[in-house]
Order: sequence, then structure tokens, then C-alpha cells
Amino acid sequence: MYRKLSKYFLLIGIAVGIAAAPNANGQAKPSLILGTTTSTQDTGLLDVLVPRFEKERRIEVKVIAVGSGAALRMAERGDADVVLVHSPTSEQRYIESGDLVDGRLVMHNDFLIVGPMDDPAGIRKLSSITEVMRAIAARSIFISRGDDSGTHAQELALWAAARIDPKSLARREETGQGMGATLNIADQKRAYTITDRGTYLALRKKLGLAILFQSDPSLRNVYHIYVVNPKKHPTVKAAEARAFIDFLVSAPIQQWIASFGRDVYGESLFFPDALH
Amino acid sequence: MTELLAIVLRTLVVSGTATAMAVLVGFPLGYAIARRRFRGRTLLLGFINTGMGMPPVAVGLVVWVMLVRSGPFGGLDLIYTRTAMVLAQFLIATPIVVGFTTASVQALPPRLADLLFVLGAGRLRTMWILAREAKLGLAAAIMAAFGAIVSEVGASMIVGGNLERSTRVLTTAIVTETSRGEIERALVLGLILLGLTFIVSLALTVVQQRR
Repeated sequence: MYRKLSKYFLLIGIAVGIAAAPNANGQAKPSLILGTTTSTQDTGLLDVLVPRFEKERRIEVKVIAVGSGAALRMAERGDADVVLVHSPTSEQRYIESGDLVDGRLVMHNDFLIVGPMDDPAGIRKLSSITEVMRAIAARSIFISRGDDSGTHAQELALWAAARIDPKSLARREETGQGMGATLNIADQKRAYTITDRGTYLALRKKLGLAILFQSDPSLRNVYHIYVVNPKKHPTVKAAEARAFIDFLVSAPIQQWIASFGRDVYGESLFFPDALH
Repeated sequence: MTELLAIVLRTLVVSGTATAMAVLVGFPLGYAIARRRFRGRTLLLGFINTGMGMPPVAVGLVVWVMLVRSGPFGGLDLIYTRTAMVLAQFLIATPIVVGFTTASVQALPPRLADLLFVLGAGRLRTMWILAREAKLGLAAAIMAAFGAIVSEVGASMIVGGNLERSTRVLTTAIVTETSRGEIERALVLGLILLGLTFIVSLALTVVQQRR
């Protein structure tokens, strides 16, 4: 009986081997893990850039779009090779701890305060972001990402600047989801939220949310890319990671980023910065 | 369109492989538990029956912790691959197959096995005949296992990473399209998933009900 059983498990082993084989072949091809924010994925930017990079350099890219906070923690554990993030204050912490090296400025856009077209909190006429946050806090629902992303960090900084404790707001809710999902929820609940311009433009035609406040210096949204330090995390594929960064900051790609989305949305979603 | 077709095929391959592996392990294990009496048997069955209702997302999390770069099996470089998804789905499906198999073999008349023994049937032959008698339950085991993992989203998302062109399956694609506001596409994917489950179940039902 037991001899038969061992034969049986050998068979299972072979079956598992066969099942795993296509992947094993895939592994022979170099690959890297990119931890990034949801905005680069939800706008469709990476849908174009990643296949192009894979074709040019023959390196497979595994894009894990989670939000900047989670991407940075991936770097801290050595679970990613390269991170593309937009949370400068948090990034500084991971640079100092030696988890991130070789940072490059890639691009920027800006954050927007969006809300229902009829603007129940009356923020359209206000002139400072502090007043805007106070008006929303006093009169309306605010939907927060609540996922430790770059956008969430920016939101918390705005509440802090307005001297409001977000935890004290009964009508502020956290989704714990990406930007696309959060915009949909804000739309359905007729609430205000903060979004990066790229994701908002990409989803605008499906939303009843209008841009109600923008163009404040405190709403600048900057994207950096880093190699996860291979000296601290030996499993990091540093060569592949550097190849991806070189690709992203190269002149043709930077020029392409400037034009990305213009045909569909009438304006750029991101403004390249690496060439300046 | 080709990406859609690729997602459908990928879904079938991943969940089909996981179901096949779960059947390879689950049928003999379930059969052995049904036919033997040993210490801790009831406790083991209790664990298996709990496993039948195990939250897939929790299984996914455990597999992720094991396979992630910084985890104990990180060196295998299996995180965010289809192999990782197959592994997670296999772990979700196996208790379902074992549970159904044990129940359907135990539901057979107990005299049947004695009769086969008297007639001189060997172990393997007995197993084969009993399996044929229990085929209603065994087919149900396959359908339940496949249905559970093909419609599962949490574990696939966590261990597969929902990578376009490599680990995106129907359920995770639905989540992506919904968060992008592409509701029509999400609905189409949902209908395809339903259709796929129906076709597989129908095929198995035909085998199950054949005399």
C-alpha cells in the first residue's frame, strides 16, 4: 500500500513539474518587480510603457500597483527591484535608511480637489487650500484613499496645514482602495476627494465630479523612481532595475510621456521632468 | 480581443491545473479517510470540513508570505507567477475535493466493499469499482472545486499580482475594469466567467449523469 502511495506521489510530483514548466521557462527570461502607485496604472501609462520596455530590452516587468506607502514597504523588505512613487516626504525616510538608491525625478502633475458639480460646500469661490479643507470639513462628505498612498499622504498634509484632525471628522470615510475605485465611490456618494490629475482625466467622462479647486503650490504631485538598494537587499536585480530607470528617463520616452493622453483628454496627464 | 481570449485561456489553465492537482491528491486521500478507521480521524475530518469553507483570501495571504522575496521560499522567485496562483488555488480546492470524496464514498452501502472482498477483488480493483459507484459525488467534488477557485479573486490578486499578459485572470480583470470605471467591459468579463463555469459544469454533469 505505502509503496503504491509513494508511486502516486511521484506521479503528482511529475504533474506539478509539468504544470510549473511553462513558468520555469518564463523565469529564464530576466524579470523585475516594479512597485508603484495606482495612478500610473489607472491612467494607462504603464500599459503602454511596460510592453515597449519589455520588447526593447527583453526584460519582463511585474507591475505591482499598490500605492506609494505599500510600494516603499516592498522596497524596505527587498520585495521589489524598483519603485516609482509620489510621496516625497516618505521617500526621504527610505533614502536615509539606505533602502532606496539612485533616485531620479521622472515627471509631475498636480493634485485636484474634486466634488459634486453643484459644489454643496461652496469651495469653488475660495482662494486658499486651507479654506477649502475647512469648508469641506464643516459641510460635506470627504472620501479618503486611506491606503497610505502618496495621495493619502498629501491629503493628510492638507488637513494638518488646515489644523484639522481628520479622525475627528464624522463625514470623512476611508476606502482603502486605489484612486480609480475611490473616485467612483466619491462620485456615487456625492462627496469630495483629492485626486491626481492623471487618474481624474482618465476617468472624467464616467464621473459626475468636477474640478473645484486646483493650481495651488501645495498641490504639486511629483514622481520619483528608485533602485532598491542591492547592497542592503542582495536579491534585488539591480541591473534590470537600472535598465528600466534608464528607459524611463530617456529622451524619447520622456517626450512620449508629455504627449500621453493629449489625443484622448485634450491635455497632458503627466509632465516629464528628467530632461531638465 | 486577443488579450480577452488570453485572459479566458489563462483562467482555464490556472484553475484547471489547480483542480486537476487537487483531484490527484484529494480523491485517494478522501477515499482512504472514508475506508479506514484510525486515531484522530474525526478531528482530521473536522479540519477538512473547515478547510472546505476556508477564506481564499487568507490562503492567498499565507502563500504570499511564503513566496515573497523576503519570505522563506522567496529564492524560488515564484511570487507573481501563474505557478503561485496554481499553488494557492490548489490549497483552496483540495479540502473541497477531499470532503466531497469522503462523504460520497462513505455514503455507499458498507456491504458493497465486503462483497467485493469476498469475490476476491484486490485493493485497486475495489477502489476502482467503489469510485464508479460514487461517481455522482466525485463529479460534484470536481465541479465544486473548480467553481470555487475559478470564481475566487482575493488569493489570485495577492499572489498573482494581476499582471496584464501574465497573471490577470477573469476575476482580477473584473476588479481592474471596475476600478477604471469600464463597467461594460467588467460586465462582459463577468458573463464570460459565468459562461465558462456553466460549460465546464455542464460537461461534468453529462459525465456524471451518464449511465
